[in-house]
Amino acid sequence: MWFPRLASDRVLRTHLIEGPFALTFRQANADRLHCLNTAAEQCGLHRGMSFADARAFCPDLQSQAADPIGDRRFLHVLRRWVTRYCPWVGVEGENGLVLDVTGSTHLFGSEAMMLADMRQRLVRAGLDARIGLGDTRGAAWALAHYGEGTAEAGAPHAALAGLPVAALRIEDETVIALQRLGLRTIGALERAARSPLARRFGPALLLRLDQALGRQPEQITPLVEPPHYGVRMNLPEPIGLFDDVMAGASRLLDRLCAKLKAQEAGARVLCLTLRRVDQEAQTVELRLASPLRDAIRILPLFERGVGEIDAGFGIDQIRLEAVQVEPLPVQQISHVSSGRVDQLGDLITRIGTRIGLENVQRFLPADSHIPERSFIIAAAAYSEPGEPWVAQRPRPVRLFPPEPIAGTGSRPPRQFRWRRMSLSTARATGPERIAPEWWLSDDNWRSGIRDYWHVETRQGRRLWLFYTPQNPGWFVQGEFA
Amino acid sequence: MNNRITTRYDAHMIVTTDIPLPLRNARVHEACGPGAVSFAAVTAAGGGAVLWVREAWQAETINPVGLSTFFDPSNMLLVQTKNQTETLAVAEEALKDGTVLLVIIETCRPLNLREGRRLQLAARAGKSTGLCLIPEGMGSNAAETRWYCAPVFAEGDSTLMRWKIIKNKSGTYGDWYVRWNAEARRIDVVSPAGERSGSADALD
Repeated sequence: MWFPRLASDRVLRTHLIEGPFALTFRQANADRLHCLNTAAEQCGLHRGMSFADARAFCPDLQSQAADPIGDRRFLHVLRRWVTRYCPWVGVEGENGLVLDVTGSTHLFGSEAMMLADMRQRLVRAGLDARIGLGDTRGAAWALAHYGEGTAEAGAPHAALAGLPVAALRIEDETVIALQRLGLRTIGALERAARSPLARRFGPALLLRLDQALGRQPEQITPLVEPPHYGVRMNLPEPIGLFDDVMAGASRLLDRLCAKLKAQEAGARVLCLTLRRVDQEAQTVELRLASPLRDAIRILPLFERGVGEIDAGFGIDQIRLEAVQVEPLPVQQISHVSSGRVDQLGDLITRIGTRIGLENVQRFLPADSHIPERSFIIAAAAYSEPGEPWVAQRPRPVRLFPPEPIAGTGSRPPRQFRWRRMSLSTARATGPERIAPEWWLSDDNWRSGIRDYWHVETRQGRRLWLFYTPQNPGWFVQGEFA
Repeated sequence: MNNRITTRYDAHMIVTTDIPLPLRNARVHEACGPGAVSFAAVTAAGGGAVLWVREAWQAETINPVGLSTFFDPSNMLLVQTKNQTETLAVAEEALKDGTVLLVIIETCRPLNLREGRRLQLAARAGKSTGLCLIPEGMGSNAAETRWYCAPVFAEGDSTLMRWKIIKNKSGTYGDWYVRWNAEARRIDVVSPAGERSGSADALD
């Protein structure tokens, strides 16, 4: 199954555009056409043409930038959809799918009826598709790309003999070389002597030929279905009591946790959707401080969220999904490991559901002499306690934005007023010079270097003062224990 | 100005000599005065996980580098809240849970009877200690003890503090001069007599 215009069809499905349309792709500093619709092809444009040339040929060409990642995702969506025809589906190149329909055609009546059904559904979806059916993967590819059709079972020669050699999935240079030799079709190639071909073009050409004609096997590799962490439960009668909802959630959680355990994963974000009888859905989101797959621990964390739900006339469907999943390998439990860390994680989660998980923080040491930057505040759920803390010099326990005080000279003032208190210096230790970090721009450090003093006042307060010699002035920045 | 503080008590007050520390477990205590943060740091030095709850708008921050002389800040979690209602909700949750042994709560307005009592009940349920850092004169009736803490100047020592119990539900009032012993990570109680200015052997 080949989608010759997958990218442009995808865009045109959502925005209906009449007339020529093309997607452009920037390559080697020039916009080139990536994919175009039939109207544009009728104007004489072709893929790979420069966008400026295309505009000259066809002034009313409409265009958009291509999105290869989106196209790729769309192809995977199609792959999933195509599993309705057979379970064995692989991706072929950038815009093709390969299906092994052996044994499933009778479900749709016959091969022809299945192909008709595929075409009808794809046309309805607005996709241009070419479908080839053959005994081998190579034959199907050739038929899809060059002359749509079906190869009779057991006799691929008849269908393939007339197709050009390019249909063998070989490189362009080989195609040109074969044409120069006069071997234009697969039939002609097959009739030619094999050994000179093998000597000249290597084994790849003959391998492709044999694969197309069924003399060499070729497998279809189906993609693995990504694990789906969602479970749901339909209820015969609507429920509305807190205990009932929690009981339902508990059953779902058991199933989900079994799934997570099989994949050695842990949920980080869980979403419980409660659908009411009036079709309105209410969700409870639970963000966990650490990946978990322990139903007994997760269930109580839902209590707060479920308590706030308005059940209305009752809830008739409960759905639980692990929105964000992280790997959580099985760990050996030993007598030295304590449950303390787990309990702390649960506490962080419970506080996080109330005030937001990012507001529960921890301090991490940082390598800087600037007092404000000598530590980092990080969300506790997403960080581990770092290296041990080392205070090279005495540092205050409280820091505040610098508060100016009156003072002159490079020695701390004998008397000063700070926060409406008149203080007198009894002992001053310093100076400790700290220079701004020039590699980081910081507005607070515009005043240049600072000379820090540990000033003990006769009134008791022990303050951290600094003097800025480059812009004379005295400030209080912290208070010691 | 003289740093010698004469202690004069009313007749019914009995002054004990041994300081009632560590703080009584499964209760909520209060500390006020300029040295309240130091008091909290010394209390946290008792070991175990610490949860420090404060409101996010405050420009003043606690400095973990400075606190590291008292206890290991990697044992501490900081919770920044929007307002006092959130602060109290988080504190109650943490006290009731009992995983963290000490919950330090910075409050900006006085707690009413109901809020104070709820914190006490939570602390009792979780067997953990709470410590409210309150502005002066804004204590709650439910507090087990209330401490007034202030740094004191002394020759040759820069960790001297004066700690005074100004409310005690199950004990007597008291007044102590204490020093932080950084090597042993504990406080040393200093006799006030040794503090008298002009004394020859004042704190070597």
